[in-house]
Amino acid sequence: MASGPFMDEKTLEKIDRVVVRFAGDSGDGMQLTGSRFTDATAVVGNDLATLPDFPAEIRAPAGTPHGVSAFQIHFASRDILTPGDHPNVLVAMNPAALITQLKAVEKGGVVIVNEDGFSDHNVRKAGYESNPLEDDSLDDFQVFRVPMTSMTVRATEDIEGITSRDAARCKNLFALGLVSWMYGRPTEPSIRWIEKKFEESPPLRDANLAAFRAGYNFGETAELLAVHYEVDPAPAPPGTYRNVNGTQALALGLIAASVQSGLGLFLASYPITPASELLHALSRHRRFGVHTVQAEDEIAAANMALGAAFSGRLGVTATSGPGMDLKAETIGLAVAMELPLVVVDIQRAGPSTGMPTKTEAADLLMALYGRHGESPLPVVAACTPSNCFDSAIEAVRIAVTHRTPVILLSDTFLANSSEPWRLPEAANLPDIDPGFATEPNHDGDFMPYLRDEKLARPWAIPGTPGLRHRIGGLEKEDVTGNISYQPENHDHMTRLRAERIARVEVPELEVDDPDGGASLLVLGWGSSYGAIEGAARRLRREDGLELATAHVRHLNPLPPNIEDVLRSYERVLVPEMNLGQLSKVLRAEFLIDVESYTKVDGLPIFTRDVMEQVQERLL
Amino acid sequence: MSESTNGHPAKNNGVDHDNAPVRAEPGPSHTADLGFGEPGEQNLSHGPVELPLTKADFSSDQETRWCPGCGDYAILASVQGFMPELGISPEKIVFVTGIGCAGRFVYYMDTYGMHGIHGRAPALATGVATSRRDLSVWVVSGDGDLLSIGGNHLIHALRRNVPLKILLFNNQIYGLTKGQYSPTSEEGKVTKSTPFGSQDHPFNPVTLALGAEATFVARTVDTDKKHVAQTLRAAAAHEGAAFVEIYQNCNVFNDGAFDAVRAKGQKELNQILLEHGRPIRFGPEGERGVARGADGRLQLVDVAQVGEDSLVVHDAQRAEPSLAFELAHLAARPTGPTPVGVFRAVKRPVYGQGLAQELDEARASTATEQLEELLHSGETWTVHS
Repeated sequence: MASGPFMDEKTLEKIDRVVVRFAGDSGDGMQLTGSRFTDATAVVGNDLATLPDFPAEIRAPAGTPHGVSAFQIHFASRDILTPGDHPNVLVAMNPAALITQLKAVEKGGVVIVNEDGFSDHNVRKAGYESNPLEDDSLDDFQVFRVPMTSMTVRATEDIEGITSRDAARCKNLFALGLVSWMYGRPTEPSIRWIEKKFEESPPLRDANLAAFRAGYNFGETAELLAVHYEVDPAPAPPGTYRNVNGTQALALGLIAASVQSGLGLFLASYPITPASELLHALSRHRRFGVHTVQAEDEIAAANMALGAAFSGRLGVTATSGPGMDLKAETIGLAVAMELPLVVVDIQRAGPSTGMPTKTEAADLLMALYGRHGESPLPVVAACTPSNCFDSAIEAVRIAVTHRTPVILLSDTFLANSSEPWRLPEAANLPDIDPGFATEPNHDGDFMPYLRDEKLARPWAIPGTPGLRHRIGGLEKEDVTGNISYQPENHDHMTRLRAERIARVEVPELEVDDPDGGASLLVLGWGSSYGAIEGAARRLRREDGLELATAHVRHLNPLPPNIEDVLRSYERVLVPEMNLGQLSKVLRAEFLIDVESYTKVDGLPIFTRDVMEQVQERLL
Repeated sequence: MSESTNGHPAKNNGVDHDNAPVRAEPGPSHTADLGFGEPGEQNLSHGPVELPLTKADFSSDQETRWCPGCGDYAILASVQGFMPELGISPEKIVFVTGIGCAGRFVYYMDTYGMHGIHGRAPALATGVATSRRDLSVWVVSGDGDLLSIGGNHLIHALRRNVPLKILLFNNQIYGLTKGQYSPTSEEGKVTKSTPFGSQDHPFNPVTLALGAEATFVARTVDTDKKHVAQTLRAAAAHEGAAFVEIYQNCNVFNDGAFDAVRAKGQKELNQILLEHGRPIRFGPEGERGVARGADGRLQLVDVAQVGEDSLVVHDAQRAEPSLAFELAHLAARPTGPTPVGVFRAVKRPVYGQGLAQELDEARASTATEQLEELLHSGETWTVHS
């Protein structure tokens, strides 16, 4: 089996983009299938974006709609920005996958079903009254019925030590093989992966290889599928690329910041979806001196990170919404102590437990204001999976050089979705100077709250002779750090804490306004970047519309030119995955009545959503 | 109206300082008579010390702000007086406190210090101690701070065996918030928040710590300077988490709570001094003791009646904590004969032992090339111009 030119007589069609969604039971291995397909796609050189979508239950009852796990990939021969709104191809391993996912599929799209999964029992369990393969419910789609389970079992029957139950579990590799053939994906990356994954168990290795090959060969030889497709590599700037999701990029960014600052990375976290993945990712990197602690709770995690920061480490704690509530008091302590601390919030749908595996960006106001008293801190938000790398370094830069806690916002969508990332050269990454205090700073004494030109105080770590000092949450006198209840001192310190955060240097807001004459600005923040930029390109190309876009990466302080930018457009549209939190901030700060578009359905903002909003206003 | 927290060698302000130099050299005179080793042996990593250190080296220049007569003064003087014995430079020592009267302790020690938020001192201190094994880290907390709002952090620091010395100032009351019952207040306690008497069953801090798998558990009494110092010495010598309950009199909101083991004339009768390897006896002439009864339970006995050979010999180093539990349960409340001293001191791997060093070494050898390699790990592809 080769991935080279096909010798068959099937039609090869060239297409420029496609969105494929794999869906099955949460035990069917759909995430694995999707990520293998992604790797093979990355190797082809297509641009791509992915979106895993899985239930909160680890193993919901098999065959039920709430146990469905899906993985979507959008790949193209041109630069793309989102995982795609509507799949062109759905691979459904059972009726539950079909019933839950079909509504997203474009009319006329391809539906490949594992026919063996459609027993009467499964059909009823999914909520169908009759078998959708037998009635007219799929008339709008091109349906391909493939008996994946039985063909997998047949392909593996000669392998010793493999039961038919084991064999049936390999059917996801059959699906991978089939779709790999359909889109001309190279087989080597998948074969290599299977060989490594099942190194310890030759029978399982052979069974999975057999299933993968059977799926591939079925596509090639069966008469069912008459067409396969070719998607050319996307033109991309020269460089070395890898595929990366937001969590991986964030972990790499924190490690890079640790190397660039010379500060040992200390991450304390408590397991929570979806932030646990960051704990997992970083705990593998002891080689880089990364110290991870799984704390007893969210509060302890924040305190451990703060204690490590006091000791001269790069203290980081990572969590998702509910954990942020719990860390609030400790973040306030870090504000008072004026110590570097990075708090990562991978936002998920709330309130309360909400929908742990679904995305939302509704923690902005909490990040900005969610502590008692006046407790300002910088807030940075990542906008794409690979941008999580840069955002992590930026958060660390601000925290370390300004001696302040920084909240870094990501979300479930960014954390889980992936895209090709042009690798930066490690040698070109910015240095971050911790600038530890080493000597008394005031007539032979040490004043822990004597400030530099940035209004940042010295960071004197234990073990440094002559700089012994005590810090805490009680209000302190400026310069000396002595406890103080003086009215004028508290007023001074409160304003000073606000001022020093306001002085954090933040890059200007960049505006993309190719025509220069747009009347409407679409202003985004966080993971809506891809949808907004993608929509703008299509609206300009397809509708000939003039519109400007800009993306806010620093939520506090805001970019210095943001007010001027907002005032230079007649209308400003702010799409958000919350009920208008950035809009509220902009109105409050600048008395500019921006127009808010909000979406809180647990799904990312789609290109289509933004296009419709703009079309409503400009057409 | 400001309190200095950052002064250098102490200007004595109201605290009963004993400025006589204490030589920080290891030696038999500093070895606890409890047989748990010598602080100097384990603290080699803390680096060389300029000798001699004195109590004054550990006393900050600020005015202590506890109520006159508070038991905290005595404990502060004992701790400051003991510190030179550690043989560790003050800049290598970190005190971490929470909220409550005991929380102010940190400002009176001329070391590095963090005054955290309510209940979280063990977690803050875990961050310090696990990232910097060259530091000696001490937690000072009260019964509300450590056993109520911070209970979770305490039990986990103990089970992990984080290298912390945790001093619980137990006064069985909330002092700073002006007199509510605490998790160690007795049932029926009438306070501002329990005008009809508390219905809560209290914690026995020693059994709580034992239940949390603490490797070192001790109890002492604020005003017993010598015993406090002896207990601190044993705690300092212990590798891993050391939990020390200190009965501390709050003369404003709960005066006399510990009179049975603290007041002259009573303490001689009621303090059951635990000493490893020795028969447990107490009373002015050692005339009373602890023996195992026919039903298998520990009981208080007259030595003359049962004979010295029948007395239980204290064994703090026993791997399983059953004897320590039984001893702790001899007195549910410190209102009669009550054990003090080291209940348990066993060896167990210290949390993160070797890890901090391993990570430091790893980091020291990390260069741009390794980072470059890390960024390029996994499947990569190259686009040529």
